[in-house]
Amino acid sequence: MTKVPVNQIIPFSTVDGPGSRTSIFLQKCNIACGYCHNPETQNLCNNCGVCVPRCPEGALSMVDGVVVWDESKCVSCNTCIEVCPHHASPKIRWMDAPAVMKEVEKNIPFIRGITVSGGECGLYPQFLQELFILAKAKGLTCLLDSNGTVRFSKYPELMKVCDGVMLDVKAWSPGVFRALTGGDNAAVKENLLFLSSCGKLEEVRIVNVEGHVDAEDAIRGTAELLGPLTGNTRLLLISFRNNGVKGPFAAFSSPSAERMKQLAELAASVGFRNIIVK
Amino acid sequence: MIDLDNTYQTLTSRELTHEQKLMGLAKCAENALDVLNIPPRTKHFFETGAINDLFEGGAPYRPRYILPDYEKFVEQGSEFLKLSPPKTLDELIFSLMILYRHVPSITNFPVYLGSLDKMMEPYLDGHTDEEIREKLRLFLTYLDRTITDSFCHANLGPEDTRAGRLILQVEAELKNTVPNFTIKYDPAITPDSFMEQAIQCSLDCSNPAICNHAANRVPFGDQYGVASCYNILPTQGGAYTLTRVTLTELVKEAKNEEHFLNELLPECLGLIADYMNERIRFIVEESGFFESNFLVKEGLLSKDRFLGMFGVTGLAECVNALLREQGKKYGQDPEADDLGVRIMNRINELVPQYKALYSPVCGDQFLLHAQVGLDSDQGITSGVRIPIGDEPVSFADHLRHSSKFHHYFPAGVGDIFPIASNVHQNPAALLDVVKGAFSLGVQYMSFYSADTDLIRITGFLVKRSEMEKYRKHEAVLQNTTQLGAPNYDKNHLAERKVRMA
Repeated sequence: MTKVPVNQIIPFSTVDGPGSRTSIFLQKCNIACGYCHNPETQNLCNNCGVCVPRCPEGALSMVDGVVVWDESKCVSCNTCIEVCPHHASPKIRWMDAPAVMKEVEKNIPFIRGITVSGGECGLYPQFLQELFILAKAKGLTCLLDSNGTVRFSKYPELMKVCDGVMLDVKAWSPGVFRALTGGDNAAVKENLLFLSSCGKLEEVRIVNVEGHVDAEDAIRGTAELLGPLTGNTRLLLISFRNNGVKGPFAAFSSPSAERMKQLAELAASVGFRNIIVK
Repeated sequence: MIDLDNTYQTLTSRELTHEQKLMGLAKCAENALDVLNIPPRTKHFFETGAINDLFEGGAPYRPRYILPDYEKFVEQGSEFLKLSPPKTLDELIFSLMILYRHVPSITNFPVYLGSLDKMMEPYLDGHTDEEIREKLRLFLTYLDRTITDSFCHANLGPEDTRAGRLILQVEAELKNTVPNFTIKYDPAITPDSFMEQAIQCSLDCSNPAICNHAANRVPFGDQYGVASCYNILPTQGGAYTLTRVTLTELVKEAKNEEHFLNELLPECLGLIADYMNERIRFIVEESGFFESNFLVKEGLLSKDRFLGMFGVTGLAECVNALLREQGKKYGQDPEADDLGVRIMNRINELVPQYKALYSPVCGDQFLLHAQVGLDSDQGITSGVRIPIGDEPVSFADHLRHSSKFHHYFPAGVGDIFPIASNVHQNPAALLDVVKGAFSLGVQYMSFYSADTDLIRITGFLVKRSEMEKYRKHEAVLQNTTQLGAPNYDKNHLAERKVRMA
């Protein structure tokens, strides 16, 4: 079984897909968005040790050059995350699918499914497939929350057990996307087409930050790609908020409610019928 | 002997409204009578607090909880009230307003207003939604301002109706404390969309609470209502009386578990049964209620549909006291929960052995009820709930704990959960939790949003803003504010664990 770095498991999440779900956040991302609200999930710990002496509870230690986290001493004050210069976390558990499933099972029958998020969950397709096979056997729906930069068409076995992907369309023009994330969005557009064609596009998300996201182009471009399927696709328009954000974006302000309403109107005019503004 | 000091204090109070004074004075007169035969050992347990009759008074002259057959009233009108059967929605509402004024109970107000949605549904044709909402606004405001006691309950569901949806809309808008609402929920009957609206409403205004219809219809079929604080009782009847054993206090006399289970419990529970029978006997044979009250004469109530509720409270402290040396705690340690189960099994074995007078509706037995508390309770956790501060970290563990204990209580039991405000945008998530909980046998749940003005105390609702006034010694409309404010402060209700954050 494949072991993956798990940042945290939220037993009852109300914001990661329909209904009550257990959310599993995996560590490590392949891009670095300026507005990332959990930047501590971006990288794996490089054992620099900066956090060790800063832990007020003595829950961190350096053993043979590796930062070790003692969960029993941890009080979740997040000091380690605040001082980490590397957008990582020392509080990672390496778990395989049965171990994650054991945590999930504690929440049955109070959940309808699970959602795997990140970091970027798409970096761990083998683990996802193993986990979803176990979850499906328990009658749970299985969703992914992805930045879309990993091509899901490459993993047909995973897609057989995945009920849907909540896909971020962070920006439309490759230049804007690169400036925002450091990555490339060709795969995102391919995923839009692939997932919608096989009925697994659970939701499209666009976070609007004025001046740094071409939200209007993203809305128009997505609708154009999806064509007749636009009306059946849920579109989540998210207003940027600086909670948890590190770096220059932390000082940016949220777009006005008026602006978000304009975007929703634009989305409706290009064919979206299920639009949620958050 | 009449308690002259108390009478004088009631009469001259600055904190009671005129109506509250009248009822307090009536209680002083009732308590001056000495008509119940109470043996010395029963008096002993009253003094220790192990037995508590929840201020029912010294000479019961009406059953404690009365659930009239409102459907029958709507069909036949009332000869006594000179009302013919209502033909329009206005007539229906007007007739109910009149009838409610004449439904007594322990609080002197009606504790049960019927299934409002079912009663109204046939009268809605020809009215627009806005017309109906306007009538509901007036009706519900009238109820809130004249029934000045939160132990008053209306029911909804389990069927999805236009009336039910409109009532939920208006309720969410008005945010009243009276009446409380309970929705009877059965996933096989009630559609998700209706329940999601109900849950959204309960996050807006802490109403309705949610009752597991499949589990709660077991004792009386569909002919049951949810009245006052989570009492499941037969309609066209109700409860004569409710006396509780306060395990928190009884355990103080225990030498060990064996002594508690095999000596103290049988003695105390037997005395409670005798005491309730004494009250039932007086109501039925001497008070004249069943001979003279028009609700009985017109068939809206039947003596054959009343019962005695056997209240249990404070299981948590009882378990913790017996396990003090081991340091195990109810709700946290499996050994403690196992002892809780042994105690409940013992109670459940003893209570059916007592013959209840005039109680054919439940086979001449008393029915167990998890009593939710009194304003004077300090350090006594309601029913079988987990004390505030000892709740398990995991919501799932908390619900599994509830499911282990709810099934003992056919006459009502419930848990209260403050819910994080982010659930507002995803009521389906909370509905998933309810479905899971009910599938495990949880019988009743109520929620309020962690940031709301309307707080559930033990079962009834009180506004934070009204409690503030009361703390400044101003008169407040609802008497339950006077019960709720001290309870909220003393029992640290602000520290209840918020779920789904």
